[in-house]
Amino acid sequence: MNRQIVQLFGLTLILFGILIAFTSRWTVFEAASLEDETLNRRALIEEQQVPRGLILARNGDVLARSDPRGRGRRRVYVRSYPQGETYAHAVGYSYIERDRVGLERSRNDALSGKLNEFGTIFRELARQDREGDDVVSTLDPAGQQTAIDALAGRRGAIVALEPATGRVRVMVSSPSYDPNQISDNAYFRELATDEETRPLVNRTTQPRYQPGSTFKVVTAAAALDSGKLTPESIVDGSSPQTISGVPLANSGNVSYGPITFTDALTNSVNTVFARVGEQVGRGTLLEYMDRFGFNRDPQLDYPDGEMEVSGIRNSAGRLVGADDGFDVGRVAIGQGGSEGQIQVTPLQMAEVAAAVGNRGKLIRPRLTERVVGKDGRVEEQIDPAEQSQVMKPESADQLAQMMSRVVEEGTGTAAALSGIEVAGKTGTAEVRDGSLNQVWFIAFAPVEDPRMAIAVTLEDLPPGTSGGRDAAPLAAQVLQTLLGGS
Amino acid sequence: MSVRTRELFGLIPVSLLVSAGFAAVLLSRTQDVSDLTATYGVAFLGLCVFGHLFIRARLPDADPYLYPLGALLAAFGLVMIYRIDADLAREQAQWFVIGLALFCATIYFLPDHHVLERYRYTIAAAGIALLMLPRMPGIGAQVNGAYLAVKLGPLQFQPAEFAKLAIIVFLASYLRDVRDVLVRARLKPLTVPQQALLYGIPLLVVLLLVAALGLGPVAAVLLAVFALSVVSLVRERPSLKHFGPLLLVWGLAMVMLLFIRDLGSSLMFFGGFLALLYVATARLSIVGAGATLFLGGAAYFASTVSHVEKRVDTWLHPFDRELYEATGGSFQIAQSLFAQADGGLFGQGFGEALLELPGGGTILPAAHTDLIYAVITDELGLFGAAGLILVYLLFCARGFKTALVASDGFSKLLATGLTAVFALQVFVIVGGVTKVIPLTGVTLPFVSYGGSSILANMVLLALLLIVSDHARRDRGRMGPGGLV
Repeated sequence: MNRQIVQLFGLTLILFGILIAFTSRWTVFEAASLEDETLNRRALIEEQQVPRGLILARNGDVLARSDPRGRGRRRVYVRSYPQGETYAHAVGYSYIERDRVGLERSRNDALSGKLNEFGTIFRELARQDREGDDVVSTLDPAGQQTAIDALAGRRGAIVALEPATGRVRVMVSSPSYDPNQISDNAYFRELATDEETRPLVNRTTQPRYQPGSTFKVVTAAAALDSGKLTPESIVDGSSPQTISGVPLANSGNVSYGPITFTDALTNSVNTVFARVGEQVGRGTLLEYMDRFGFNRDPQLDYPDGEMEVSGIRNSAGRLVGADDGFDVGRVAIGQGGSEGQIQVTPLQMAEVAAAVGNRGKLIRPRLTERVVGKDGRVEEQIDPAEQSQVMKPESADQLAQMMSRVVEEGTGTAAALSGIEVAGKTGTAEVRDGSLNQVWFIAFAPVEDPRMAIAVTLEDLPPGTSGGRDAAPLAAQVLQTLLGGS
Repeated sequence: MSVRTRELFGLIPVSLLVSAGFAAVLLSRTQDVSDLTATYGVAFLGLCVFGHLFIRARLPDADPYLYPLGALLAAFGLVMIYRIDADLAREQAQWFVIGLALFCATIYFLPDHHVLERYRYTIAAAGIALLMLPRMPGIGAQVNGAYLAVKLGPLQFQPAEFAKLAIIVFLASYLRDVRDVLVRARLKPLTVPQQALLYGIPLLVVLLLVAALGLGPVAAVLLAVFALSVVSLVRERPSLKHFGPLLLVWGLAMVMLLFIRDLGSSLMFFGGFLALLYVATARLSIVGAGATLFLGGAAYFASTVSHVEKRVDTWLHPFDRELYEATGGSFQIAQSLFAQADGGLFGQGFGEALLELPGGGTILPAAHTDLIYAVITDELGLFGAAGLILVYLLFCARGFKTALVASDGFSKLLATGLTAVFALQVFVIVGGVTKVIPLTGVTLPFVSYGGSSILANMVLLALLLIVSDHARRDRGRMGPGGLV
């Protein structure tokens, strides 16, 4: 009988081995898919029981906090946003009923105190309760408020960031919403179904706008840096000219004749820049666009799903390449055709201004200054990181001088500040079959030592409006607030 | 070092575990620390040492590892239950006191387990009666469709836990008697053509049947194994007289499925039965015939008894939304898997698993009984759970070792049967919780909350120790053979 008993023990070994195999299947190999199972609400319930970290403005103002509800083991924490609508799009929201968006989503691991396996063990040994870390953002309350006041509820967006560090100081999308009420179904439905104003959309990162003439800055950068032109080069500003077989006219069909490249930017001469675009060529233009950050996911610490890629898109919405035969002349002035139309986000255009202002070096934009533990220890300090060297510093300096002329005597005089020299570029794109205008202004200041770059846009303004008239003053107000104090 | 001293040293890890476990749980909820709860560990250790002293006095030669392993499991369970609900832990501790008393009483009143052989039919009858109790009107209680519990006033107990012991004792004693006549000791070996004819023809018939009835692959394999096993059995010319009682046991397992409506416990019973048959006769054909008969019966009931059918459905599709939301649906097994996924490699730590919803209500039904393994995996991770399985494996190893060293057939079969049914019980509940097999309401021996389970397993441990004491003493007398 002994042989059979030993065999029976062997069977026991196999059976228990199966048990361990299945346990490892659920705990390790299939754990991720079990955690993703929609019926599994454990993570949500547990996160509810963990006090989520604060989100702070750069001066320490509380933008988001967790309030306890109930007591003892039944205690849960619910998010509240003391600043209401002011930071709605930048900070986002986090509610069990409504998922999470914005910084609440991109910094969720830090805010919810999520640790890896080993970190959990150490916390166990140190007997600490799970608690979220605080996120100190780069947002500036005064600048944010000025931007909101300047937009005055109109549909538009303002992004301001530091060229040398990438810190986003202002991120305002208008109209906004109150994140405190977002878990209310009626309120949310009202926001989500408002096709006219679409308040849930973050207009700084999500829509694909036509940039109008602000895109001439990219064209100019390509032309100067590739050695095709200098600021003093004489170019033909006559109007109309035939571009890709179709006549193109300047604004008001003004014919400038032979002028310098600088004057062409100052007066935003379409015919010149369309010719320059053709001269530069598709490949080179795309290469400079890539360096400016187009054609890829924006590098901001913001959820990828809430940021659109800027670039040249065909009528199907697909990004096109150098071989796709788009009308490079019209793209160079911020327009295009069905084979390729330049479409951008305000964040991207602010990065364009910032890269020029930072002597051609593009710094990765960021909304987070640092992550701080509850014990005050800095868990993570986000330092400036170079995203790309867009052009030679000398080319950037030349372009900066050209852009300062725009504000001094060109289309952007409304952006001028007393005592601070501003460099900028206006843009007015005709949308909805030319019946309405998308107006733009991008800028950086002070020209000698740029500390701030900005992009302002307003949607669907009536005919007669322009970037210089309607967007430039808003940029001036925000720049004044951000730079005036220091 | 004497055997018993080794046993005493074996209790050291138990004491460490109890202190560390209680300390961890206490620290994780500092708000309800009290001196009373801290004394639990000490009291439990006192009980363990008492049990040890009793063994030292009555069974000096018994296996030195079985008792500490059992104590380790019990201590572990107590800590887990304490972590789930302090009140339940207090009750569980009381059950351990009673269980220890029963343990000592068994050892005291049953100095020689061979006495049991004399009462085998009485014991068998008692076992069957116990199984039927839950269906008795007035005292029977239905839990999730299964009839496993008996309610007597405030007391509730699960007679199946004791019935399993009775049936094993009966089978061990019966098979010891008839194992020689059950099968022929020596069979004439067959030539290849003879074999081909003998097995080929039934196989052909099976294939024809499969084709004619349009059976699926699983059914076809079952039928084939069954046919071949029966053919091979017939060659043994079994006497119906001796097989009769065994057929009765098979019938009983089927009736149990019908009566108790619990797949898990019938699997446990029938598995133990087959294990004993195999050890007694060394015939795989018996196992083949028995297993296919059981699986066939189970499959039949699964498709006819709605409660069993539901269990199988929820096992196959735990994340089906309709099944998940149905009463008695897949909510429990789904939550069990979610809880284990939370555990990962190292677990979340003692006292950290999510058991209750913040708004009240439970997220892990029957966390202290059926799903205690899921809680363990959640809090201690894969490593903790594997460690627990390893302890069970060591316990089984010592049980089978006892069977190996035992000198007479009854002792061998008894130790084998007790160990096999213990191992199967672990497999049935842990396998259910980890979705190896359908989840059924069986307790995790020594760890789950439950009075009947503790008492029955204490008696099981006592019986194993008695067998072991005799076996090792006999061996010792025979010569200075190295005994561990």
